[in-house]
Amino acid sequence: MKPAAFDYHAPESLEEALALLNEYGYEAKLLAGGQSLIPTMNFRLARPAVLIDLNRIKELSYIEKNGSGLRLGAMTRQRALERSELVANHAPLLHETMPFIAHPQIRNRGTIGGNIAHADPASELPAVMWALDGYLKLQSAAGERRVAVQDFFVGMFTTDLEPEEMLTEIEIPAMFPRSGWAFREIARRHGDYALVGVAATVRLDEAGRCEDARLVFFSVGEGPVEAQLASDALIGELPGDALIETAAALAAEADIDPDGDIHASADYRRQLARVLARDTLRRAFERTK
Amino acid sequence: MENAPLFSVKVTVNGQLFEREVEPRLLLSDFLRHELALTGTHVGCEHGVCGACTVLLNGEAVRSCLIFAVQAHGQEIVTVEGLTPDGGREALHPLQEAFREAHGLQCGFCTPGILMTLIPFLQEHPQPSEGEIREALSGNLCRCTGYHNIVKAVQLAAETLRHG
Ligand SMILES: Cc1cc2nc3c(=O)[nH]c(=O)nc-3n(C[C@H](O)[C@H](O)[C@H](O)COP(=O)(O)OP(=O)(O)OC[C@H]3O[C@@H](n4cnc5c(N)ncnc54)[C@H](O)[C@@H]3O)c2cc1C
Ligand code: FES
Ligand code: FES
Repeated sequence: MKPAAFDYHAPESLEEALALLNEYGYEAKLLAGGQSLIPTMNFRLARPAVLIDLNRIKELSYIEKNGSGLRLGAMTRQRALERSELVANHAPLLHETMPFIAHPQIRNRGTIGGNIAHADPASELPAVMWALDGYLKLQSAAGERRVAVQDFFVGMFTTDLEPEEMLTEIEIPAMFPRSGWAFREIARRHGDYALVGVAATVRLDEAGRCEDARLVFFSVGEGPVEAQLASDALIGELPGDALIETAAALAAEADIDPDGDIHASADYRRQLARVLARDTLRRAFERTK
Repeated sequence: MENAPLFSVKVTVNGQLFEREVEPRLLLSDFLRHELALTGTHVGCEHGVCGACTVLLNGEAVRSCLIFAVQAHGQEIVTVEGLTPDGGREALHPLQEAFREAHGLQCGFCTPGILMTLIPFLQEHPQPSEGEIREALSGNLCRCTGYHNIVKAVQLAAETLRHG
């Protein structure tokens, strides 16, 4: 099918874009990479009256060092992140994740901001940003605010963004010493949305005890799902195989509550979640060394 | 219905500059096929899944069904027709030659998108492993070949291109 008619604006500056968004609000949709929005428009699941195309706004596309962390412009292409040395060095978890998002042809257009703002529960990046304790900068014509990733996702395809607000920047804090990370997902075919996936970050104290642990799943709920009981079981303990098994079992049996669909039953998803939790935790603890 | 305002699009396709007035909702895939009569770019699904519509935008493989033609203003596009400027009368592109040689196509519906996916891939991976080839093809559906001969064709093409 073909998209319904819309008014098209292609501002060259952020200021102009925010003014347009302020004017049109609910009627308007921002067009980033278009890799989620245009399919829904082609099938007329979305029929925005106004499209504000962000692709000409150069100031929204950057990968910058911020101390030992990073600042990423919302319009940075997924492909640019995948190829960036700064990302590889300062956000290795993100680097490890990028090739699992869709296919190269999609990543050439898709942006990090569009992916996060879309809030697809099967998306990798929201979970990864959550595990990294990222922050999001939301701007409108009236001002800006900084929101923790954990507070941004409200539900399936739903975020804390107001209709006149735009996500403009993603902030990834510096990694602490003795930190480890890992990412894994299971999909039916490389590049497809995952049946289950998980991002893990851990940190040890000087005595080698687990000081912080985050295990964030995707494709098992309405958005990223943090396994709180699993973290509680890990924190304060010396990491080892038995502890990891316990945490992985808690995560799969108690922390998440996946649904079944034509691709995988709920039980199968739990089973995958347990295996992936175990593997990522093991890997993450190894990397603290 | 009242007519939507038209936008002027100036775009270089296969080295030639084209200028057209289009509605903003016109997809790049339809622009290429209906405005420029370049029907080598195929349209299968229009939601980014099949890969048949893949073209190069400033050298990178993208889905032409997920870009509006207005967005290509001032950019450079290469379609499958661009691989053989003389329409293939003299010779096919080495990648196309390899597909013919290795039976990398049957009905040919998926082939243009696969070729355009592979052009930048082979530039980046002149000596790809089978795993890398299969991963590169993961965003293109083929309902005929079972992919096996496509992989062989890519290996053959990589060899020809390396030995130029
Ligand atoms: C075949 C296929 C497979 C895919 N597989 C995966 C996958 O495995 N994993 C995955 O994560 N994704 C996948 N995707 C989606 C892809 O990553 C998209 O690029 C991404 O979800 C949306 O980013 P975009 O830049 O294309 O945004 P768009 O499609 O342009 O926008 C998406 C939504 O976000 C809004 N928006 C965009 N930018 C902003 C902003 N700066 N501020 C506020 N709102 C904004 C838009 O208005 C729209 O509602 C796939 C897509 C396709 C077509
Ligand atoms: S027609 Fe564009 S990906 Fe299928
Ligand atoms: S050759 Fe027929 S779809 Fe690939």
